[in-house]
Formats: sequence, structure tokens, C-alpha cells
Amino acid sequence: MRYEMPTTAKAAAGLLAKEKGRAFVLAGGTDLLVKMKAGVVEPDLIVDIKAIKGMKDIKKSAGGFVIGAAVPCVALSENAALTKAWPGVVEAANLIGSKQVQGRCTMSGNLCNASPAADSVPALIAAGAKVSIISAKGSRKVAVEDVTTGVGRTSLKKGEFVTAIELPAKKPKSGDAYLRFIPRTEMDIAVVSCAVNVSLDAKGMITKARVVLGAVAITALLVKDAASAIVGTKLDDAAKAKLAAACSAACKPIDDKRGTVEFRTEVAGVLARRAAEIAYARAGGKQ
Amino acid sequence: MSLDSMNPALVEKHFKVIGTRVARPDGVDKVTGRARYGADAAMPGQLVGLVLRSPHAHAQIVKIDISKAVKLAGVKAVITSADFPDHTQGDRGMMDILENCMARGKALYDGHAVAAVAAIDAATARKALKLINVTYKILPHVTDVDEALQIHAPVLHPHIYTEGLSEKPTAASNWNKHGEYGHGDVDAGFKEADMVISRSYKTEQTHQGYIEPHSALASVSPDGSAEMFVCTQGHFVYRNQCATLLGLDANKLRVTASEIGGGFGGKTHVWAEPLALALSRKANRPVKLTMSREEVFRCTGPTSSTSIDVKIGAKKDGTITAAWAELRYQGGCFPSNWAELGAMTAFACYDLKNVKTVSKDAVVNRPKTAAYRAPSAPMAAFAVENTIDEVAKAIGMDPIDFRIKNAAKQGTKSSYGPVYGPIGIGPTLEAAKNHPHMKAPLGKNMGRGMACGFWFNFGGQTCVDVNVTPDGNVTIAQGTIDVGGSRASIAMAVAEELGVTYNQVRSIIADTSSLGHNDMTDGSRGTFSTSKAAIFAARNAITVLRDRAAKIWEIPASEVEWRDGAAHAKGVNHGNRTPLSLKEIAAQAGQTGGPIAGHAETVADNAGVSFATHIADVETDPETGRSLIKRYTVIQDAGKAMHPSYVEGQYQGGAAQGIGWALNEEYVYGKDGRLQNAAFLDYRIPVCSDLPFIDTQILEIPNPNHPYGVRGVGETSIVPPLAAVSIAVTNATGVRQTHIPMSPPRVLKSLKTKKK
Ligand SMILES: Cc1cc2nc3c(=O)[nH]c(=O)nc-3n(C[C@H](O)[C@H](O)[C@H](O)COP(=O)(O)OP(=O)(O)OC[C@H]3O[C@@H](n4cnc5c(N)ncnc54)[C@H](O)[C@@H]3O)c2cc1C
Repeated sequence: MRYEMPTTAKAAAGLLAKEKGRAFVLAGGTDLLVKMKAGVVEPDLIVDIKAIKGMKDIKKSAGGFVIGAAVPCVALSENAALTKAWPGVVEAANLIGSKQVQGRCTMSGNLCNASPAADSVPALIAAGAKVSIISAKGSRKVAVEDVTTGVGRTSLKKGEFVTAIELPAKKPKSGDAYLRFIPRTEMDIAVVSCAVNVSLDAKGMITKARVVLGAVAITALLVKDAASAIVGTKLDDAAKAKLAAACSAACKPIDDKRGTVEFRTEVAGVLARRAAEIAYARAGGKQ
Repeated sequence: MSLDSMNPALVEKHFKVIGTRVARPDGVDKVTGRARYGADAAMPGQLVGLVLRSPHAHAQIVKIDISKAVKLAGVKAVITSADFPDHTQGDRGMMDILENCMARGKALYDGHAVAAVAAIDAATARKALKLINVTYKILPHVTDVDEALQIHAPVLHPHIYTEGLSEKPTAASNWNKHGEYGHGDVDAGFKEADMVISRSYKTEQTHQGYIEPHSALASVSPDGSAEMFVCTQGHFVYRNQCATLLGLDANKLRVTASEIGGGFGGKTHVWAEPLALALSRKANRPVKLTMSREEVFRCTGPTSSTSIDVKIGAKKDGTITAAWAELRYQGGCFPSNWAELGAMTAFACYDLKNVKTVSKDAVVNRPKTAAYRAPSAPMAAFAVENTIDEVAKAIGMDPIDFRIKNAAKQGTKSSYGPVYGPIGIGPTLEAAKNHPHMKAPLGKNMGRGMACGFWFNFGGQTCVDVNVTPDGNVTIAQGTIDVGGSRASIAMAVAEELGVTYNQVRSIIADTSSLGHNDMTDGSRGTFSTSKAAIFAARNAITVLRDRAAKIWEIPASEVEWRDGAAHAKGVNHGNRTPLSLKEIAAQAGQTGGPIAGHAETVADNAGVSFATHIADVETDPETGRSLIKRYTVIQDAGKAMHPSYVEGQYQGGAAQGIGWALNEEYVYGKDGRLQNAAFLDYRIPVCSDLPFIDTQILEIPNPNHPYGVRGVGETSIVPPLAAVSIAVTNATGVRQTHIPMSPPRVLKSLKTKKK
């Protein structure tokens, strides 16, 4: 096994393209190293991206935020502007693991690891985030919801890797929120989760919404019916009931050691309602 | 030893050292990382041992082909059951232990060892495991206790015929033992009752969850002598068992115990140790075998899952007229008597005219269970205390007053037979009733539960040595493993007796070649029995010290007394001599008869039963079924708290483990009989933020069978939490919780069932 620590994205892309064996990008390593230790993956090449210039920066512009692929999640909460604009995304990223894990782990790693229970992913999708992808041949941008294609699978091609996650600028009178269900208080994996992002008009009416569920299907689900259930409302009880029902209906969960189908389906609706209430309040809505 | 000196009512009560909160001798090394745990040992030329395990719950082992593994470069030994000839001489219990260490013909659970290798490094050992080819014939399996007891269940062992029935059964079954306890006439008692409640309960299997995995470093020399460094709760017991299983003489196997990162009953059995020794013997090199976390979950000794029925009848005035229970426990794949222990403890808190418990012990295709802190009692208490709570409410009485009315007291004939001496159940209940926690207001979605618990405690065999060093300090060598601070308490007892400071006494755990046999640290016996032996040994050393002073002064020893760390001449003839300190006597030891020491060996009977009452406040989310512990109080009788901090630590630790069990911990088996959650991610022990500060109150009702009145305190604290927390969730939700753990899916389902 070889370990490389290139200082430019181009060099990294070159290394990944050339490797004939199994090549892995290393960001925080909180998934990769655990899998290596368990013998689940045996890489031939590891390309550590943490020394690449700019990869650990959070840049703010009129267009929004560009978050380098090696930014540890704890740095997100230390950025006041980002926390103010996208509190749901930041709180999702800082639910990952524990303080120790947050000091290492990244949102890009969370996304590329492609677990259906990844915490930051539903929040990123709800926020309308995009990722920048680079390869030896060039670069492209895709919506976060188009990255994960299945459990442990992504749409990244051989030699491609994520250089940054881009969040749009916050719209006036908008707010996002993320909630997950775990049996414990921390150090656990989402049994079901939900992110909601809403924009309101001057009267507090919801004009736009994105509702995303995690851990209830092979990838995070952007639930259009759930969004329609609350658009045009002030999140009254009837709207919330419709939202919960739409989320429960969208679930395609499995029965496993973490939760039953029945439980996940029911709690998806409960979390959606609660997350919507928080997002609505953050957007300045009053119930 | 005269009886008077054993009676705490008659002994000196003004302790100087006992009852203080001194620093433990192992503390600094533990917090600085210097302490040596099981895997920290190394020997020259050591090999890495790894175990190949059955992926099947129940399977015939048709063939094991090790030929390829043996040929791999770097592999120094491969062993199977063929390397363990039967030295058990017809002892079926020892044979079960051997068969559990290495499957003999049949794999009995997912994770059962079938072969092991020793190689020059871990990578080679892992490769070697892949090269071993095992041919299995899969057999039908059973993992649930009630299913195992059904007529048509697959039978694990053709030699098990239910023990304890009046007539021997005609066929082999999984029901290995039947038991009955109690007195009076329960049928008549139920007829007298104004209210009778019957309920059925289930509890899932849990693991002790100790943070340190099992690890052993073994070295067998060609001359037949052997050494082992191991993480254990009882190195003498490991020595005896390993010697028997390998056909070694016990005196030639020297076992040194490492520091222990938790055991709670789980390190009372051998698993990896005989394998490490057998590998070392075959390879002629030292072998270190350290389990992974997955192996710890799959292949060591968790506690039983259970199914329990309870029936209790009471009069309107609150008198219990009859109590009955049937308790079914699985002990894993070999016979056990855990249900019997459950049956003995079930009603031990109460003074009952008519009581009967029936126990059914069963074998299933799961790992052989081991003790887990007050083994079997928490599940029984869960079932009984919930029924007690329900009866109290049904007759309109406060559950705490109902318990106080029926509490056992001195002179009560216990439900398992013996008549109680002075006991603490009544005082813990009164303390709970008067505790501010009981009166604190509850918030939204919150409920409060209280419950009682009992544990026997155990004494057993102990052997210690007190030695005075030439500079006038003292060492105490003990052979019981220190799992919770006992080295501090033992040194305190010696300091108290000798009249010296705590810092002048150093306590160590001696290896198996340095002391006589010591039972392992179980049954809450560590501090109780070892302090008793240490007190006697110190008193024997005082006899020597008085003799030496008498020699120096040239007066009769009868005219020397020991006081405040020095010999004092007494009587009209000698009263004006300057006392001789321990230091002065030690300095002259070479001229007065040689080194000064005190030795003691005891069988510490009558450990003194222990009772506790716990109070829990729980908030349960009615929409998700998730429960959070908001406040928790432990009240328990310690007899005498030698070191209050470590007593409190035991109270808190037991409560924390019980809370984890009550809420989320459970073994999840798939339909294929395989364990699905052999990792801390999905086997959910509480993390720090899951627990409130656990408040403690120590009561001291002296145990008449210990010179200072000490009782064991380590186990009772895990008995009430399952009950207290479930009663709290019941009160928070309005739905009786009858299945532990109360994981969110289970609780939410119970709430929805109620709504319908
Ligand atoms: C104790 C513990 C607790 C955890 N708790 C949670 C939790 O609560 N919630 C949760 O969602 N996750 C949890 N995780 C999983 C993990 O921490 C997260 O998924 C984390 O975000 C991964 O980020 P990383 O930077 O460490 O990824 P890495 O381990 O570095 O990488 C993960 C995967 O993504 C690939 N990769 C990384 N970066 C890129 C890139 N830029 N381009 C392309 N591929 C890339 C890697 O090759 C690898 O396959 C936990 C892990 C541990 C060890």
C-alpha cells in the first residue's frame, strides 16, 4: 500500500488516474481508517488531500460559501457567517460522532462514503448544495443529491474526487433545520433523519421548501410531496399532518437491528414535523 | 479469633483510617497510562495467536483441514480439539469448559472456536485462518429460551436430561435444570387476597461491556513449567482450570494477573487462555492471544435472556398474602443454574407467609453465559417489582408504603430459605421515602419509578501475607483481583490494625506461586473477604511485633500491648518504658528472630446480604418512544463503607450498567442464529451524556460476620435499575413496560398497541 500527500489538486487527480489497483482519497479518515482496520477495504494507494492548498478553507462570496473538501466539521461551527446562514447544515455536520471525530471528519467524506445514514447529506440536499469534482481531464459541478447512487456507491468516476462543497447564499426569510433520531444522545447512527429548508414571503407564507429524509432508503430522499404539503401554508397543524404523512409514505426502509420498518416510517413523519417547525421559526415565521 | 472480636457492636468504632477517602495505589499509573493491562505484556520471541470461529449457530464439524495453514511460512502452530486430550476425569463441568474453549465435533453457537493458529505476525496469522478449511453440516438451531423449552425444539446435547425433577425424564431436552423455592401455601394465600395480579415479562441478553478485551500471554517451557500473564477476575481459578484442561500440575503454572479494565463477572471463565497455552506448547514459543471487540461480544459470556411469569396477591390493607413466579433463563449452549439464582432472589426483599418460585434453566445456541454483576437478580427484580408496583396501585396504596409494609426484617424467613440477621431493606426504603428526590416535581412526559433489589454476597477462600520491611513500612500481598479499588481498602484495614498511616502500607496483587489459593473476585467478595483476612494477618503480625518488643525489653510478651503503631509496656513494673515504634522494632528484626510477617487464610462465610432501593426519573417522548434518564438516586446498605468513594463508585457503576440494560442494550440474533450487533455501535451501552449524575446514599447496618461490619457492595446496585426505570417509563407513558430493553421501537409499539 502506498500513501501519497500531494500539494495540488491536479497532482492528486493524476495519482488517482494512474493507479491500477484500488485507490482511495483520504480526508478525515474516520470512515476509511475504520474500514481498513476491520479488513473491509485493502487500498493499494491512499491519496491524502489535506495538504492540497485551499482544501481546508471556507470561502464566503456573494454567491454563497465554498467549503474545501478537507475542512473538518468542527471548523464549520467556528465560522459565524456560515452558522448564521445555514444552521441546519452546520448542526447536521456537528452531530457526526463525537468531539474527537468532528475534529477530523469532513462533509465531503461523509458524502463520498455514501452511507444512507450520513448526517450532513440530507441537510446539504435541503440547502441546494453542489459539489465541485475534479479529475485529470477537467472539472464539473453536480447537485449533492446526484452524488450518492446506492449504499457505498457514488456517481464519481475513476480518477475523480470532490474538491469542495458549495452552499448558495442565504435567501432573506429562509431557514433550515436538521433532526436525526438515535436511541442514545451521541456516538450513534441515525435510525431516521430529516432536513427541511423553507423560504417565506412577507406574511409568513411558505413559498419554497425542500424536505429530505435520511436512513429510510438506499440514499437520502428528496421528498417533493412533502415540500408541496407545506408550500402555500403557514405551517398550520393540517399542513404539518400532511407533511408527516407525505414523509411516512415516501419511506422505503428496511427492518434491521437499528429499527423496524414500522418505527422508521412513523418517526420520519414526527421528525419532519419537528424539523419544519424549527426551520419555519428560523425563517422568521410565527406559529 | 474470639467471637467478640468479630462482633462489630463490640469492636472499636473510632476508626482513624477506615472511612476516609485516600488515593488508590493504582490510581497514578492508571491515569498516566503506565498501568499494564492484559495486552501490554511482551515476551521475547512471542507469537500472535488468532482463533477461527464457527459462522453457524449449530453445526456438525465434519472435517477440519489444516494442511495448507500449517505449510504457510511464518505459521508456528495450528491447533484444533485434537490438541486437547480429555484430562477432565469424568468431570462434566470441566468438559463443558473445554468444549466451550474449542468445539469438539459440534459448533454450538455463532463464534464457537473451531481452530487456532500462532504465527510470527498478525497478517500471517490472519492468512493462516483463511487457509483452514472446515466442512460443516448445518443443524437446526434455537436461540430463544421459550422456544428452546418446547417439545419440538432442536436438542443441543443428547446427554442432558432435566435435573431436579422427582422422576428422571424419558428423553433428552434443552431444559437442563428444574428448581423450586419457597414456603407456606400459595394457593391458600391467593384465596385470601382481595387483589391478584399476574403478568409475564421478557428480558433480552446483555453483555458486561467491559472496555478491556480478553488477553493472555502464555509461555510453556519444554520442561513442563509454564507462565501466563492475563486479564482476569481470578488468576488462581484460571490457573487451576488451565492446569486441569492441559494436564499440567497447578504448581508449575504461574499466573500473573494484569490490571483489569472491567470484568463484572465476564472474566471469571477461561476462553482464550487454554488456547494460548496449547499454542505455546505446540509452537514452543510464547503466544499472545488478544480478542477483538467482535470476539468479546460473540464468544465470551454475556448474561441470560429470560422469560418470567409473576403472580402476587394482596389484601386491601396492603398485606401480601401470596407470591409466585416461574423463571425461565437460557444459559447459552451449556447447562447452568442462572434461573435457579433468579428464583432464589426474586422475592428476597419481602416478608412473605406464602411464597413459591419455580426455575427452569435451558440451553440454547448462544455463547455460554457467564456471571454479570448479581447474576440473574436484575431480571427477577424487574418482573417482581413491576408486579408489586401494579398490585400497590390496584389496591390504592403508595408503592413505597406497600413495600415498607411487606419488607423483610431481622428474623424474617427469606423466600430462598435462610432466616435473616440484621438487614437493610427497611432502612433503604425509609431513606427513599424521606429523600428529597421523592418529592421533587416532575416535568412533561416524565415519570418516576422506585424499586428494590437484593444480592446474597459471597465470602470464599482467601489467603494474604503482611510483611514488615526493614525500614518499618508494610506490604500486603493479596490474591484477590482488585476490580474496584480494593487495594486501597485492604491497605487501609492493615494500617488501621497496625496503627500506622495509610501511606506506610502498600498493597499488591501477588501471583499464583506466591500465595495459597484465592477464590476469584466475584460475589462482591473482594473487599469483604480480603479485608477480613488482612485484618487477621495484621493482628498476627502484631503478635510477632509484641514478641519482639518483649525480647528487646526482656519482659514477658503478655506485658506488652500494641497501640498507635507502637509497642507499649504495661503493668506496674514496666509502665515507664519509652514505647517501641514499628520502625524501631523492624530495624532490630535481624537480632530478634528475623523478618516480621503476619499470614492469614480464611473461608469467609456469612458475607452479609445486601439490599438497595433506587429512584429513577425518566422522560419518554410519546412520539418516538425514546427515554432519557433525568435523575437517579441509589440508596444501599454497605455494612461499613471502608472507602466511601469506592463504595459510591460501585453504586454508580451498577446503576449505569442497569440503566443501559433497561433502555438499549441487547443481543440481536438473526433468523440464521447469527449475532447481528457484535460492536459498540449497535450494542448500545450508555455514553456519558446519556446519564445524569447518579446520586448515592450509603447506609451502614453492620454485618455481624466482619470485624468492621463490612458487607459486599459491588453487585446489588445493578439489581433495581431495570425495575426502577421500567416503572418510571410506565408512569411516564401510562403503559406497563414488560419487555427489557425499552428501546424506542419497542416502547413506541407498546404505546400504539395501547391506543388501539
Ligand atoms: C466513532 C465514529 C462515529 C461516527 N458517527 C457518525 C455519525 O454520527 N454520523 C455520520 O454521518 N457519520 C458518522 N461516522 C462516520 C464518519 O465519521 C463520517 O462519515 C465522516 O463524515 C467521514 O468523513 P472523513 O473525512 O473522515 O472521511 P474519510 O474516511 O476520509 O473518507 C470516507 C470515504 O470517502 C472517500 N472520500 C473522502 N473524501 C473524498 C473526496 N474529497 N472525494 C472523493 N472521495 C472522498 C474516501 O476515499 C472514503 O471512501 C462516524 C465514524 C466514527 C469512527
